[in-house]
Amino acid sequence: MNLLRFFVQNHTQVLESIGEHLWLVGWSTFFAMLIGIPLGVLIAHRTQLGRPVLATANIIQAIPALALFGFLLPVPWLGDRADRLAILALALYALLPIIRNTYAGIRGVDAAVVEAGRGMGLTESQLLFQVELPLALSVIISGVRVAVVISVGLATIAAAIGAGGLGEFIFRGLAMVDNRVILAGAIPAAILALLADFGMGWIEKRLRPQ
Amino acid sequence: MIEFRDVSYGVNGIQVLSDLNLRVAHGEILVLLGRSGSGKTTTLKLVNRLVTPTSGQILVHGARNDQVDVIRLRRGIGYVIQEAGLFPHFTVERNIGLVPKIEGWPEERIRARVEEMLQLVGLGSDLASRYPHQLSGGQRQRVGVARALAADPAILLMDEPFGALDPLTRDELQREFLLLQQRVHKTVVFVTHDLREALRLGSRIALMEAGKLVTVLTPNEFVKSPDPWASAYVRAFGDGLEAAANRGAS
Repeated sequence: MNLLRFFVQNHTQVLESIGEHLWLVGWSTFFAMLIGIPLGVLIAHRTQLGRPVLATANIIQAIPALALFGFLLPVPWLGDRADRLAILALALYALLPIIRNTYAGIRGVDAAVVEAGRGMGLTESQLLFQVELPLALSVIISGVRVAVVISVGLATIAAAIGAGGLGEFIFRGLAMVDNRVILAGAIPAAILALLADFGMGWIEKRLRPQ
Repeated sequence: MIEFRDVSYGVNGIQVLSDLNLRVAHGEILVLLGRSGSGKTTTLKLVNRLVTPTSGQILVHGARNDQVDVIRLRRGIGYVIQEAGLFPHFTVERNIGLVPKIEGWPEERIRARVEEMLQLVGLGSDLASRYPHQLSGGQRQRVGVARALAADPAILLMDEPFGALDPLTRDELQREFLLLQQRVHKTVVFVTHDLREALRLGSRIALMEAGKLVTVLTPNEFVKSPDPWASAYVRAFGDGLEAAANRGAS
């Protein structure tokens, strides 16, 4: 009951934080796709690059989030604004699932179908855009889905460097030793993660080839 | 029409094909017959440059095929593979109309052509909006042939196109293919390991074994040939029938 009252009293602030949260997750996912999908396509075609690229993405994934935010803080242009930095860090974390799934999706396209296309005289870019990417799409989207769910959770840590988002409530609640405040951040974050998972799952299913 | 001159192909130190010399005449169905690993599919893929020879030359329409634009070359050659290799995310119509489309034909001309091709391979135009997984194996294979013929290429490469079909459907498609060939008169290179299919469809049969061309014979010559490899095929074929007959007798 207490919690509900807290939500009602602070609803503008909660909504604002949700907005900031979505802003961070949205842009970071966008940049991660912008870099991750072409990289995944590249290593699917140049398999010798696969190991180093995936290893790098793996290493990034292994850096603790708080430490990564800290490392990036002194970087000139980036450190100027906390949200910039948070978006970059989140995008770096989102890279691995996107690269890996793009790679797996393209490699998973029936080789006979690709060869038939090549034999018919499709150019490499026609093969990519008309055959490989459409057939790999649902697998790629499931990578994005994982990335988004991870990002929604990780974005709460962005509050530690002042980038806003639902993490602000969590950190403030921890400082105030007030569970209501913590939950005011944690519950919307959990709901966002579930909604993202559900929504992306739905898209993924729609795009799966029969 | 198509000519192989001293063509060899090796990969990772394995000689897949050695010193192949072969001519395919205009309008004939040349069957490449051989076991798996004999190099027949490789031979086929050399024509449209899915495989590049280690040495030797392949002439298509009298010109070396490595001196023409590879995309142009391939669009002028129909290609049919086992299980048809249809694009699963395209409808029948888009599959058949693909090469005309990327060649920039106007929309109505593509539609008319798709209609014509469906009719040619004996499929109703109601199938045009279906996806490959909604078709039977025989229908898929017909669509594969229609797709290969859509841009009216002079040459048709067929890699065990009827291999995955049940015997009755295969028989039906072979028969129709012969009728079709009488109308369209393509130069066909046809890969199979099935002697019956080779005898039935081939103008000539090129027998391959371990990367070498053993002999080229007409179906008639083939069944009477003293060549040990050819007669081995004929014997294996005859044994099958005989064994079946004996089982019926006992």
